[in-house]
Amino acid sequence: MKNLLAALLFAPLVALAAEGGYRLDRSPHDPRDLVSLQSGARTYVNYCLGCHGLQFMRYDGFKDLGLSEAQIRDNLMFTGEKVSESIKIAFNPKEAKAWFGAAPPDLSVVARSRGADWLYTYLRSFYRDPKTVTGWNNAVFPNVAMPHPLWALQGQRALQVVSHEEGGHGALEYKWSEISKGTQSAAEYDTTVRDLVNFLVYVGEPSGVYRRPIGIVVLFLLGVLFIFSYLLKKDYWKDVK
Amino acid sequence: MAIALWKWIDTRFPTLGSEWRKHAAEYYAPKNFNFWYFFGSLALLVLGLQIVSGIFLTMNYKPDANLAFGSVEYIMRDVPGGWIIRYLHSTGASAFFIVVYLHMFRALLYGSHKEPRELVWIFGVLIYLTLMGEAFFGYLLPWGQMSYWGAQVIVNLFGAIPLIGPDLALWIRGDYVVSDVTLNRFFALHVIALPLVLLGLVVAHLLALHDVGSNNPDGIDVKKLKSPDGHYLDAIPFHPYYTVKDLVGAVVFLAIFCFVMFFVPEMGGYFLEANNFNPADPLKTPPHIAPVWYFTPFYSILRAVPPLFHSQFPGVMAMGIAVMILFFLPWLDRSPVKSIRYRGVLYKGWLAAFVIVFLILGYLGTEPTTVWGQFGFDAFFLDTKDVATWVARLCSIIYFLFFFLMPWYTVRDKVKPLPERVVFH
Repeated sequence: MKNLLAALLFAPLVALAAEGGYRLDRSPHDPRDLVSLQSGARTYVNYCLGCHGLQFMRYDGFKDLGLSEAQIRDNLMFTGEKVSESIKIAFNPKEAKAWFGAAPPDLSVVARSRGADWLYTYLRSFYRDPKTVTGWNNAVFPNVAMPHPLWALQGQRALQVVSHEEGGHGALEYKWSEISKGTQSAAEYDTTVRDLVNFLVYVGEPSGVYRRPIGIVVLFLLGVLFIFSYLLKKDYWKDVK
Repeated sequence: MAIALWKWIDTRFPTLGSEWRKHAAEYYAPKNFNFWYFFGSLALLVLGLQIVSGIFLTMNYKPDANLAFGSVEYIMRDVPGGWIIRYLHSTGASAFFIVVYLHMFRALLYGSHKEPRELVWIFGVLIYLTLMGEAFFGYLLPWGQMSYWGAQVIVNLFGAIPLIGPDLALWIRGDYVVSDVTLNRFFALHVIALPLVLLGLVVAHLLALHDVGSNNPDGIDVKKLKSPDGHYLDAIPFHPYYTVKDLVGAVVFLAIFCFVMFFVPEMGGYFLEANNFNPADPLKTPPHIAPVWYFTPFYSILRAVPPLFHSQFPGVMAMGIAVMILFFLPWLDRSPVKSIRYRGVLYKGWLAAFVIVFLILGYLGTEPTTVWGQFGFDAFFLDTKDVATWVARLCSIIYFLFFFLMPWYTVRDKVKPLPERVVFH
C-alpha cells in the first residue's frame, strides 16, 4: 500500500506523455444537426454495435433524434426486442475477454471520458502495422486492441513517423500514405466520422439536447428577478444614510 | 386573518417570535457591509441546495459497487429531471467551496477572526473541515475511476501515519482496498452523519456570531454610537435591510451558478473530471490522479514535501498542519486593528503573497509534477528536477510563513488610526 502511494504521488507520468504525442483535430460535430445524428446512429449500429454496447441508452431514446418508433424498430434494431430495452451486445464481457484479450468497452459515456476531439482524431488515425496481432495500429492510441472497424470505408493507410532531433526535444513528423482506397473519399469519410462522433456525444449526455435551451429560459427569468430584487433593495435602502 | 393566526401561534409558541426578532428583525448588523459579506448567506443557500438535491439523488442512487456507476447514469437519462438534480449537486459541491473560500478570505481581509469572534471563527474552521470530509465521502459515490483512486490515495494518506497508520486505513476502508464495503459506509457518512454535524455547526456558527455581533469592513464597533432618539448610528436591523440585499446577491449568484450548470457543467474537467466517466476499475490505476480542485492546494503541499526514510509521513503532516493552523489564526494575528483598511504594508503584503501561493498551489495540484518541465542542470541538492515541484516547495514555505511569522509582522506593522464611524457611501 505504501509503495502504491509513493508510486502515485511521485512517479513520472509516462502513460500521459505517450498519449499526448499526436495532435488532436477539433471535432466539427453539431449536436443540433439531426440528419448528422441519424447518420451517426446508422454507422454505429452497423459498424460498432457488434462489439460495443450502449447499456445506459435505450432504443426509444433515439426518438430524440427525430425518429419514430417504427423507424427505430425497422432500421436500428437488429435483434427483436422491445424499443424500451437498453442497447446491449449479444455476448457477455467474460467471453469477450477470452476472445479478444480485453472486453470491448461499453461506449455510453465514451464521449465524456475521452472527449469528442479525441474520438474524431482516433477514428481517422488507423494505419496498417504488420507488427501487431490485428495488423492495425493507431496514431492516437498506440497498440490499440481494436482493428480498424471502418476500414472498408476509409481504405488502408500506412504511417511513417519521422523523428527530428531539435536540441534534445524530438519533434515527430507523421507521414500518411494510402495503400488501398475505401468506398468513401477522404472528405466523405471525415463526414462519416463526424456524424458518428456527433452521435456518441449525444449518447454520452442525452440531456445535452435540452440543457442549453432550458438554461437560456432560466437565465432570462433570473434576469427579470434581478431587476425586481434590485429595485426592492434600492427602495428599502433609500433611508439608510 | 393572518394576524389572528399569528396571535394564536404567538400565545402558544412565543419562542418563534422572540427568535425571529433576536436573529433577524432586531439583529443589528453594520450598515457598511460590502461585496465580501454576501458569501455567508450564499453558503447557507448552497447548503440548502445541496441538501434538497441530495435528498432527490438518494431516491434513485444505489450505493452498491456493481450498481452505483450505472445508477448515476440512470439518474442522468431515465429519471425525469434527474440530470438537473445531478448537475445541481455536482455544481453545488464546487460552488460550496468557492463560496466558503471567499467567505474565509473575507475574514482575513477584515479581521473577523479576531477578538471577540474567535469562537465564530473556530466553528467556521470546523465547518470547513466537515465540508472537506463531506466532499471526500461524496466524491466516491459516482464510483468512477477518479472516485475510486482518489479515495484510495486519500485513505492511504492515513496509512502513512507511523504505528497506527495501516490499521487506521484498514478501519476507515473496512477492507484491504476500497471496495463495496467502503462505498456503503461512505454513503452513510455522506448522506446522514456529516450533514447532521454540518447543520449543528452552522447553527453554532450563527448563534455565536449573533451573540457577539457582526464585524464590518472597518473592523470597528458599530454599537458604540447611538443617535439622540436611541437608534444605532451605524447598525441596521438584519431584516429587512440585509434580507433584501442578500436576495440580490442570491439572484446574481444563482445566475452564475445556472450558467455553469446548464452550459458548462463539467467546467472543463474541474467540476466533473473526464476520467470519472470510466467506471471504477481496481485493476487499472489511472496514469494521473488528481483530487478535485478544492483540495489541490493541500495536495500540492503533500507532494512538495520530500519523503523521509521512504515514508510519506512528513508530507501528510505538512498537509494536516496546513489546514489545522487555521484554528490558531485568532491568536497568531496580534494586530491592534482588525480591518485591512487600517493595517500596514506588512500584513497587506503577506496576505497578497498568501493568496498568490494558494492559487499557484491549487493549480499545480491539478497537474502532474512534470507540467513545467525540468531544470536543464544537475546538482547534488536536486532530489527531483521537476520545476513544478520546486515551485510548489517555495509556495508551501510561503504558505506556512504567512501563519508562522504572523505574530511578528502583525505587531511590527504600522497601523492607521481607526475612524469614529464606519465609512459608508
